[in-house]
Amino acid sequence: MKTKLLVWYGELTTTRSLVRRGLYFMSPGMLWLMVFLVLPGLVLIVVSFASRGAYGELLWEFNLENYRRLAGFGLFGWTADYLMIVWRSVWVALVTTALSVALSYPLCFFIAHRPERTRYLWLTMVIIPFWTNMVIRTYAWFLILAPALPFARLAALLGIVSPGSPLYPSVFAVYLGMVSMFLPFVALPLYASIERLDWELVEAAQDLYASRVRVFMQAILPQTLPGLSVGVILTFVPAMGMFVVPDLLGGAKYMLVGNLIQQQFGASRDWAFGAAISMGLMVLTLFSLYLYRRRSRGENFL
Amino acid sequence: MASETNEGLRLQGMNKRFGKVHAVRDVSLEVPSGQFFTLLGPSGCGKTTLLRIIAGLEMPDEGRVLLGGREITNLPATRRQINTVFQSYALFPHLSVFENVAFGLRSRKFPQPEIEQRVNKRLEMLGLQAMARRRPDQLSGGQKQRVALARALVNEPDVLLLDEPMSALDARLRAQVQVELRRLQQKLGRTFILVTHDQDEAMVVSDRIAVMRDGAVVQSGTPEEVYDDPRTRFVAEFLGAANLIRGKAAGDGLQADIGFLHLEKTPPWDEGIVAIRPEWIRLHESQPAKNGIRGRVREVIFRGTDYDLWLDPGPLRVRSHTYKHFKPGDEIWLELAPQELVILDED
Repeated sequence: MKTKLLVWYGELTTTRSLVRRGLYFMSPGMLWLMVFLVLPGLVLIVVSFASRGAYGELLWEFNLENYRRLAGFGLFGWTADYLMIVWRSVWVALVTTALSVALSYPLCFFIAHRPERTRYLWLTMVIIPFWTNMVIRTYAWFLILAPALPFARLAALLGIVSPGSPLYPSVFAVYLGMVSMFLPFVALPLYASIERLDWELVEAAQDLYASRVRVFMQAILPQTLPGLSVGVILTFVPAMGMFVVPDLLGGAKYMLVGNLIQQQFGASRDWAFGAAISMGLMVLTLFSLYLYRRRSRGENFL
Repeated sequence: MASETNEGLRLQGMNKRFGKVHAVRDVSLEVPSGQFFTLLGPSGCGKTTLLRIIAGLEMPDEGRVLLGGREITNLPATRRQINTVFQSYALFPHLSVFENVAFGLRSRKFPQPEIEQRVNKRLEMLGLQAMARRRPDQLSGGQKQRVALARALVNEPDVLLLDEPMSALDARLRAQVQVELRRLQQKLGRTFILVTHDQDEAMVVSDRIAVMRDGAVVQSGTPEEVYDDPRTRFVAEFLGAANLIRGKAAGDGLQADIGFLHLEKTPPWDEGIVAIRPEWIRLHESQPAKNGIRGRVREVIFRGTDYDLWLDPGPLRVRSHTYKHFKPGDEIWLELAPQELVILDED
């Protein structure tokens, strides 16, 4: 066979050796993904169709019972409980993402306008919380929101909570914890976009009589969209399945789909149902991403 | 409207500093309405800063901006009837050509039929109808520039500002666009203010030129005035080529290294510089009556339409249109006629 020579970014080589090299480089990563992501995923799919035995063991009797249960058809007729939990999870993820985005823009503009010497100090301060474990960080909120501390006292003074009680568990505490958890995931990619912002476009918009809202929508948002997209996905997807923060800061009453799944694999010992909820969450997440991508490819942002 | 009066644009006592850099120094200018005015100078001379002050994108430290007799110094850019063509065009990449042009009208909430009518008229005027649906990244440099022009002109500004709009175009296109821009301005009768470092461009398009250096306007006038009668060495050298001859004032002329030169006027200094453009020096076979210099060709540079000869003594640069072919070493008489010698005010 005649080998065809080609120049690959300055290197003289052949197609065959390129393919071989590609395989060498890719196989460890592919293998890892196969063993630890694709295979467990497939197992999960299979398990989601299995049934729970009387003592929590898996019975290899395949049916759609778990999915029927997730859709709300239980022993005592139809209930919206599980769907409510799923909807609440989507809602919490959406609000968390929206709050993180709303807080990230001013933060990123602030950091991008610091002189170069202090800019990286500010960025480091955004990242520092990551040096601590997530659970520990969540418990830190217990202290901050404790009854004796100013926040709870202020709330008591305003009559929001009764004196002497902490600010947790509450919806407010859940959002506080969630946003503080995910803010850097939005802020860092967004910062990368904002740092490279072409301010001449902002000036052009001003020159063309644009209002402040219009300047943001037409000159700033389109330019920061790449960073914003990454941030939104990095926040929304894990926020959908988050269970530590809502569990600790929301109390047992604030059930999200993440807690539900954890419960099935833990206390309830119903792996099959847990797997079915996981699959439901995964489908929902993929569907949201699909919607998001379609939307952000649209032309107009107004 | 106040801007309909012939007062045009006025800058009074303009000053702007960026830290230690004095970007604009005591600039006062008057641009009558309907004029094509050019701020010409090397990079960093403050011409763009001045333009940005007029646009409302920069606040002067001192001084006033008046448009049609009304002070607009403290008016934000969004409320000035002034539009800008930015150096990199600053087209909105996510919007079509049509929407880019319509941007200013949409900002001001014009009704849709009027937007369509006005945008289409501008697109047609600039030959962009076929591009209306395209995105900026699907356009060539020349097309982008015309979109930027249409986007500014569709708002019918009292003053159009152009910040080096041709620097991204290749030489041939630039020459063509310069003429088009000049014709467009004459057709519309609006005030255009152009910032450029290209003296050819300035001369082709302008009614008046203000030459800037280190933040100050050093000379202003019609292109002919500035070219034919530069007052300083800087202006003489910046606009076109110039031979600068240093010497001492003596009698009715100048005693220079290359010989005695008669002048039309007595210079205001004892020692100084006279300038003469390369194309103003005439070549003769025999000695001319006045101001003849015997020169020897050192170098010949072919420029297509003419030759540049570098001659000793000097070296003097002569632009020759003759068919005669010179070689290095040829000797020739040069006539630096008194009426062609410009006495500069200062070094």
